[in-house]
Amino acid sequence: MARKKVYMVSGGVSKFTKSRQDRTFQAIVKESYDYALKDLKLPAKQVHEMIDGSTASYFSDHFTRQLMAGIMVQDYLGLTPRPSHRVEGGGATGGLNFQAAWREVASERMNLCVAYGFETMSHVNTWKGNEFIALASDISFDFPVGGFYSGYYAMMVTRHMKEFGTTPEQMAYVSVKNHRNAMYNPYAQKSAKLTVADVRNSPMVAWPLTRLDICVMSDGAATTLLADEDTAFQLTDNPIEITGVGTGTDAMRMADRPHKDVVLAPNEKAEDYVGDQFHGGKLKYPGIHSFRAGRTAGNMAYKMAGITNPLKELSFVELHDAYTSSELQTIEDLALAKYGDAGKFMESGAAFMPNIDYGLDFTGEQGTLPINPSGGLIACGHPVGATGLMQAVFAFWQLQGSQPRHFQAMGMDAEKAKVLQLEDPHKGAIHSHAGTGTYVTVSILERPKGQELEFRR
Amino acid sequence: MKTNPNAKLDEDWKSLDGTMVLNIPFPEDWTDDELKRMKPIVVKFPYQVNYLHSYGQDSPWFAALSNGQLLGTRCKECGFTTANPKLACQECYTPNSTEWVKLPMEGKIHAFTVCYFGAEAFLDQTPFILGLVEFEGVDTLMLTRIVGLDPEEATLDWIGLEVKAKFTKLTQIKPTDVYFVPKS
Ligand SMILES: [Zn+2]
Repeated sequence: MARKKVYMVSGGVSKFTKSRQDRTFQAIVKESYDYALKDLKLPAKQVHEMIDGSTASYFSDHFTRQLMAGIMVQDYLGLTPRPSHRVEGGGATGGLNFQAAWREVASERMNLCVAYGFETMSHVNTWKGNEFIALASDISFDFPVGGFYSGYYAMMVTRHMKEFGTTPEQMAYVSVKNHRNAMYNPYAQKSAKLTVADVRNSPMVAWPLTRLDICVMSDGAATTLLADEDTAFQLTDNPIEITGVGTGTDAMRMADRPHKDVVLAPNEKAEDYVGDQFHGGKLKYPGIHSFRAGRTAGNMAYKMAGITNPLKELSFVELHDAYTSSELQTIEDLALAKYGDAGKFMESGAAFMPNIDYGLDFTGEQGTLPINPSGGLIACGHPVGATGLMQAVFAFWQLQGSQPRHFQAMGMDAEKAKVLQLEDPHKGAIHSHAGTGTYVTVSILERPKGQELEFRR
Repeated sequence: MKTNPNAKLDEDWKSLDGTMVLNIPFPEDWTDDELKRMKPIVVKFPYQVNYLHSYGQDSPWFAALSNGQLLGTRCKECGFTTANPKLACQECYTPNSTEWVKLPMEGKIHAFTVCYFGAEAFLDQTPFILGLVEFEGVDTLMLTRIVGLDPEEATLDWIGLEVKAKFTKLTQIKPTDVYFVPKS
């Protein structure tokens, strides 16, 4: 299929925090929009005029208590009467929005499209917020029984533990990693130097998940700017190409999902999931231990980007770690480890940054495929409609080699600001995930061949 | 000017349980900079509604629960059987192929958790055990509360444990009208 090449040309994030009462959501989006527009070769005012339209993402009308919030952002940004629409899909709202903007450009409907997203979750207390989020579970059969997303994820992980022998300590590795990485990300909402014991001794939320296994709620916004090739190089010397786009779905209720054969990734064989190590001699899939939507999205994105061995070909992954357990599950869905092996993969050290001392003993080589170098949702926060776009911005800066400059602009000193910048990143994957794995998006970002990293210039 | 004789703004405000602020300080000779540095004004108000939710085609499932029975649905075409009702088969897409069937009253714990926190509506019930129950001959699971196990003794050994259905004496016409307890 012939498609127009689509590039990301700039991005902006309003720092995620617990509460932003000083600004309305329109003004918070504008912070990230203004940042994205001024990071280009042409003056911001001119870029603003060149934008053909937008796509808007925000998850919950309950949090905003305002329908049509998207158009209020559109007019605040001065983008009326240009085309726009809202994109919504639970936790994957931001990732879906990124892909909606990609479609606007790929379809040649727009040459330059802005995707902006936000969430302001501080309007209600944490318990009410949990309830608002749990309304994204079936209100006939699930909400009245549990009404709590952490509970749903905890059930999935007890099954993962039973099925594969995954341990809470292996999950804790994820928390140690992401909180530690975030110490070098000035955009992170939380950061800490933790031990596995710290994570396990933190208050239990839903067995075996503790408070440090779970992301927090945030107020925040993010913006990405996507363009066709001509426009991209008019705006910047180092755009990043979007070479793969994949999306998958699964039943709203995890209880309704089948127990059948594994959907195989390009680097897997059916025999991989047959044997005595599996209950009944064969892995039943997806059940509740794995996300078929994530596997489907990954396979689709890899195919489009021509990736056959993601573990070797990707330089890093920014994935939706709303829970430490879901980072492990997603590592398997994205075929970075076989189903059941993510715990061991985490212990190997591969997913950690190569240049940070985490105080952990790894069983393998450290830093071969950093996962959530930014600190992920666990540390950066999760203002739902902005989250998937935030991942895109961090991945974009990483591939541009501009991350140290952007981090310094936030007041971080030069030495610290380059810690999370990888030496030679080529391809990155971003992964956005909704519900208990209902909508999942995977997009592949790629630095054009021969394009120099900004920090080397 | 016409006035509405029924209007009673003061009382309406009181019934909303809002705070009436009579006097917000505001400088007479303000500068632009001062106003841009002003602290945000935050107003708080209750937000409640009585909402009519219909169980629609799934209503018999809840009626059965209220009468101490468990129903599921089965596709006559492909045999896919669900523990919660799905009156459209997701697996084979045959129109009008599903029928109501009785579910077993016993099953096994497929996965579980102990919730120490939760949504506001359930906070006073913590810690409670959530479980997914698997039934012989049924392709999907049932989300339910597990009662009769000590939440402080959570262990993976609970997975596979045989459990049986119990029903609340007073129905609330909710899925919590059924819960599961260890069989022995
Ligand atoms: Zn069928």
